[in-house]
Amino acid sequence: MGYFLGLIVVLGALWLGLSGIYEPLILTLSVISLLVVLLLAYRLDTVDKEGSPYARTPQLFAYWAWLVVEIFKANWPVIKACVSADLDINPALVKVKTRCESDLAKTIFANSITLTPGTVTVEVEGDKLLVHALFEEDATPDSFAEMDERSWRAADGRQAQASKQVRT
Amino acid sequence: MGELLGFLMAAKPVLGAFLCLVGGTLAIIGTVGVLRFPDFYTRLHAASVTDTGAATITIIGMALLAPSWLVVFKLAAIWLFLFLTGPTGTHALANAAHTAGLQPVIGRQRDLAEHAEEDA
Repeated sequence: MGYFLGLIVVLGALWLGLSGIYEPLILTLSVISLLVVLLLAYRLDTVDKEGSPYARTPQLFAYWAWLVVEIFKANWPVIKACVSADLDINPALVKVKTRCESDLAKTIFANSITLTPGTVTVEVEGDKLLVHALFEEDATPDSFAEMDERSWRAADGRQAQASKQVRT
Repeated sequence: MGELLGFLMAAKPVLGAFLCLVGGTLAIIGTVGVLRFPDFYTRLHAASVTDTGAATITIIGMALLAPSWLVVFKLAAIWLFLFLTGPTGTHALANAAHTAGLQPVIGRQRDLAEHAEEDA
């Protein structure tokens, strides 16, 4: 039920933000289309943790803010490699082990790696990711550890908090 | 406070235009990288500069130039979808190439400018 509520709020906000015309007719149409979408989502059986992950919105946005900063930091070496007169790169394939358990956490981690310029996730097998990196020296297991930890905490929250208490 | 607000309002279009220019330059840099890098996988990295840095900066610039909050909301939605779909597409390409058995170029690649001039 919470998932339905999250979907209703987000879809309603999306409609209000995109349309900008607040007349009774348009608003009625918005409610009808919202109901149709909800019905379709229910019939497709996609209203679950993955289809409506809004319970974790604060954590996900906190992670995202951190990720955007990381992406901008990672842009710099790739831009330098693109425009420097001497082509000097050191591509490598590395295996990265992740602690993420749920599919959502794994997807977030793999997509974060791909979003960061200089690294692309080529394959995901179980808890191991095959990553192609533009600079081998930047793609050590340590460099992925923080991103792994943070995406795990953002998506697999409750377990993460439990193990955090154990660790401290 | 009012003066500061006035200054910000006056600086907004200039800043927006400047950010759009920076984003466009980054997109060109990414394209140069795509053309220069040796193989498929390394070219993906150059393309991801256009995907992330250039797109973000251009969208921020456009948001500063936007006439209303509705447009800003739409730009934010575009940015969100770019960040969700971009890596998915890149991963699909990389995974398809890997599954098809394309071997990446591994190890240090040096192509010094002096040598290139000697060859030419």
